[in-house]
Amino acid sequence: MQAFDYIAVRSISELCSLLSGQNGQIKLLSGGTDLLVQLREGRVKARLVIDVKYISEMAEIAYDPKQGLYLGATVSCHRVCQDPHIQAHYPGLVDAVALIGGIQIQNRASVGGNVCNASPAADAIPALIVHEAVCQVVGSKGQRQVPIESFCTAPGKTVLEAGEFLLSIQLPPPRQNFGAHYLRFIPRNEMDIAVVGAGAGVTLDNARERFVSVCLALGAVAPIPLYVGEAGAFLAGKRVSGEAIAEAALIAQAAAQPIDDLRGSIEQRKYLSAVLARRALEKAVQRARGET
Amino acid sequence: MTANLRVEQTSAEEQKPAYRVIGTTPIRHDGTDKVTGRALYGADIRLPGMLYGAVLRSPHAHARIKSIDTSQAEALPGVRAVVTSADLPDLESKIAELGEGSINQRYQSCNILARDKVLYFGHPVAAVAAADPHLAEEALALIQVDYDVLPPVLDVNQAMQADAPILLEDLYTDELGKKSEHPSNIASHSQTRLGDIEKGFAEAAVIVEREFTTSMVHQGYIEPQNATALYNQDGQLTIWCSTQGAFGVRDQVASILQIPISKIRVVPMEIGGGFGGKIGIYLEPIAALLSRRSGHRPVKMSMKRSDVFAATGPTSGSTIRVKMGADQQGRITAAQAVLAYEAGAYPGSFVGAGMGVIFAPYRIEHVRTDGYDVVVNKPRTAAYRAPGGTNAAFACEVVIDELCEKLGIDPIEFRLLNGVRQGDRRADGVVYDRIGCLETLQAAREHPHYRAPLEGPFRGRGVASGYWGNYGGMSSASASINPDGTISLVEGSVDIGGTRTSLAMQLAEGLGVPAEAVRPVVADTDQVGYTEGTYGSRTTFATGLAVYELSQILKNKLVEHAARLWEVEPDQVNFAEGIFTCADKQMTLQDFAPQLPEPVVASAAVHATKWGASFATHIVDVEVDPETGKVTILRYTACQDVGKAVYPNYVEGQIQGGVAQGVGWGLNEEYLYDEKGRLVNASWLDYRMPVSLDLPMIDTVLVEVPNPGHPYGVRGVGEVPIVPPPAALANAIYRAVGVRMNVLPMSPGRIVAAIQSRAVHVPEKD
Amino acid sequence: MSKKVLIQATINGEEVEFLAEPRQSLLEVLREGLSLTGAKEGCNNGNCGACNVILDGALVNSCLVLAVEIQGRSLTTIEGIAGPQGLHPIQQKFLEHAALQCGYCTPGFIVAAKALFDQNPNPTEQEVRYWLAGNLCRCTGYDKIVRAVLDAAQAIGKIPVEEI
Repeated sequence: MQAFDYIAVRSISELCSLLSGQNGQIKLLSGGTDLLVQLREGRVKARLVIDVKYISEMAEIAYDPKQGLYLGATVSCHRVCQDPHIQAHYPGLVDAVALIGGIQIQNRASVGGNVCNASPAADAIPALIVHEAVCQVVGSKGQRQVPIESFCTAPGKTVLEAGEFLLSIQLPPPRQNFGAHYLRFIPRNEMDIAVVGAGAGVTLDNARERFVSVCLALGAVAPIPLYVGEAGAFLAGKRVSGEAIAEAALIAQAAAQPIDDLRGSIEQRKYLSAVLARRALEKAVQRARGET
Repeated sequence: MTANLRVEQTSAEEQKPAYRVIGTTPIRHDGTDKVTGRALYGADIRLPGMLYGAVLRSPHAHARIKSIDTSQAEALPGVRAVVTSADLPDLESKIAELGEGSINQRYQSCNILARDKVLYFGHPVAAVAAADPHLAEEALALIQVDYDVLPPVLDVNQAMQADAPILLEDLYTDELGKKSEHPSNIASHSQTRLGDIEKGFAEAAVIVEREFTTSMVHQGYIEPQNATALYNQDGQLTIWCSTQGAFGVRDQVASILQIPISKIRVVPMEIGGGFGGKIGIYLEPIAALLSRRSGHRPVKMSMKRSDVFAATGPTSGSTIRVKMGADQQGRITAAQAVLAYEAGAYPGSFVGAGMGVIFAPYRIEHVRTDGYDVVVNKPRTAAYRAPGGTNAAFACEVVIDELCEKLGIDPIEFRLLNGVRQGDRRADGVVYDRIGCLETLQAAREHPHYRAPLEGPFRGRGVASGYWGNYGGMSSASASINPDGTISLVEGSVDIGGTRTSLAMQLAEGLGVPAEAVRPVVADTDQVGYTEGTYGSRTTFATGLAVYELSQILKNKLVEHAARLWEVEPDQVNFAEGIFTCADKQMTLQDFAPQLPEPVVASAAVHATKWGASFATHIVDVEVDPETGKVTILRYTACQDVGKAVYPNYVEGQIQGGVAQGVGWGLNEEYLYDEKGRLVNASWLDYRMPVSLDLPMIDTVLVEVPNPGHPYGVRGVGEVPIVPPPAALANAIYRAVGVRMNVLPMSPGRIVAAIQSRAVHVPEKD
Repeated sequence: MSKKVLIQATINGEEVEFLAEPRQSLLEVLREGLSLTGAKEGCNNGNCGACNVILDGALVNSCLVLAVEIQGRSLTTIEGIAGPQGLHPIQQKFLEHAALQCGYCTPGFIVAAKALFDQNPNPTEQEVRYWLAGNLCRCTGYDKIVRAVLDAAQAIGKIPVEEI
């Protein structure tokens, strides 16, 4: 690893002033489970590593039935999965976050870090997309909101400009008759990166027979986690049925643009997109109906 | 659920012995150190003035080295030495025996540090020693190497083509004993024949012929290779390392550095797994050179995980074609196989062992096997637990399963009908002594697992058998009686999985004392006589023979001393269960030891030749998700002839570990190279070994057919468990989703592709 | 080489001070700087668990923590698992069940099991396997490890809390 300096900051203002004073090669350290590996392998360079885990606004979880969920960017996966509010109101998020590595990784890795790392296969992002999450970005020019599906721009790249950082992620309060689920396919039972990931969030009518709105997102099949608007548009207003879900799954498959790599072939990923989209929708419907 | 069973299979003539220590489960002598983190493995060593070494490796799979400029690296403050192959003596071609396998010593030297060509991604090119490991890495980045990149050859079939790029200009094919005219990537073609296969196939009612492909896989030991060397001003070289055999390291270092063995001392540290991959050396000569060059300072080196994958000794990928015929009653009439194994960058795959293993459990009158050892631009392969065997058994056992299906014969009944027994002769000349092939099949057939109903869609049960020959070889040991009646045992067999205790137990048994009364120590090359490495499933057997001899020598000496004390003839003194008796006199060893008039010591050495072969039969239940191809193992039972289980829960452990490795090999492990020959999955993220969630409990049945070549009936146990699993899984997958897989690993994508490309029919449940 | 930083932390109940470069991992400093070689390097990228330690009560891979991050914090390593009375029940059960062969992964598993019991004193087999999924073992096939951990849970349940 190249040599770098390290500093732990305690406030947003301290972080901002550090960021504005430096000229490049700064990395923010949250859990470090991606950053340290990348530094070690030389894929990323840093002259200064800023530890942001001590900034309280970035380490908070706050839930309010009207405001929704506030998730600080450095909150660990473990804390997310253990939080009673998130378990109760955002089980679809827990699905995803619980999959990010084994226990050792869970204790360190953060959802915010997973988002900023911007892997096309990131597990948290499709789940956040279907929950209509919004990212709060802070920088020298002030604050701005970025919808999660627009946050990543390319593999490993985000909308963050020089001097900007992710402060928190906000999820709207869960609607009535809403259910979400995320699942992924991996060859083993743990410790793998997703070959394909699929998240679905559905809102049903009061009779719980029709889709009011549907959000579907796929991971690991495009340069960024893919929000498949067409699948949601197709299902909106339709009766909940196996056929409708199967067809939406095929729409998702058509939208997927995977590559061949060491984790999967194009063919396998296209095929799995439909399988997983279908399974995600089915489980999301069950949750919306209060069945699980 | 039944967990682990032991089934004694002594025949009527064989006495059923009553052992006091053999077959019990004392706490291992090194246990406390290992569970407290106190045990010292190779990389744990720290010496005053120690430097850290690091290796620069080739980014190309095949290239000529035009020049290496180390000047900038040498100038970096904190760097104390930089070496390349120019610092190694130029060696002539000569075969060196490794124990499991052999290597041309000039090739081995080039493998340590490349001379004019690099032959695989990760091939070492230069090395540095610096004050800390980070500095060493920085220094590597300053070494300039100029390469002339050549096209890589990455596939056995491609390498065998006449127009393939040639890796080694001085390698000619040994074509059934004759040297080829032109250089080739085919290092050898050998053949074994028995009977007349044309005749045999003519007699067959059913013939199955299939081709199989397996991928390169790695032993996956959790501890990376390491070596620390101190090359002193007086020319004495001391090496501390994690190795399967200290004497083997000494021999190889002497050969590569061209220094006398008498100048080298190798101290084996605790070892974090080997499985055959830590017999050949990689770092030791480099550390030695760096130590000398740096002003005789100790230099510690430890491989990065990615380098372990890229540049140690994985095992061969292979292509195997098998053709077998059987008559209507299910008797195998003929069997033929053509095996081509990747050797990696230099010749010496285990294709020969594959040829021996492939039909080994079956009595067949007409057999022909052809084996090709082929070089490719991948790391030079090394032994991996029953080397060559798993590939071969995968091919054979899947074909047998198909024969059984076509003939409507139960898979175990078929194997019993054709199973080998004492006196049978194999195509490669081996004649079986007392073996347990049929007994393990019977144990499998009788096991509740085989009769348990397996309900539910996409579930299937598979069976496969396997064989491994094991090995004996040379071991030395010495022992002395301590004044408190305990016995110090000094032996040269590195302890990878509990053997210091299984050896202590054999000494204890011989003297009639508890295992705790023996203090075993694994010694270095200056402290004990020559001992071959811990491989070949030889240790409890061969070093055990030496230890048994020790017990008899000590016993005789002690009896003589007791006789002198009591003023009687030695034949009037009885020594049993640790107690000396003569008429009405009695004393324990503990009473007597402080009174001994002189030290009572013993040493013994053996060259064991009567080792016993192992057979195994495995049963596995799987469930396959037909949409994703994911395989879940529901239940696994491994029946194995273990001779006599000296340390039973460790024998169970060997079986369970071998099964787990076989499962990984069968389902998910493979080396993935890009078109430039770069290894793309050199980490445990993408080289997918089973984790705890991927396996159920693994039940074992220890069938005990004693080996007459050992006083306690010991037979090697460690290797055969890895032989059947991929085939057993393939056969189970067939019954679950109706596809016969012929490629390893049977990863989910491949299973789905197989399902989709054929009309799916789930076969009749047995 | 960038300047070393002075770090003060509590390791296995003792106050320690050490110097570390920011780029040094906690694993590296434990092993090379503090002679706590029980934590092992298997992969150095968070895929094998051989380097496990417990940091402020949380099981982590010490290869993915910078040494400088533990300023003011509290760490338990394998060296701190056994108490003054002797081996911890987890360690004892590993020995009784032959849950180790080469022993290299064993410190990581024992630390992981300790962290598991701190959170869930009575896990099922599935819960044990799930918790241990981040620890690789190549020798045992996990069977005896899982049995040892389940048996240790039973054993601990019977011991008064003060005595562990």
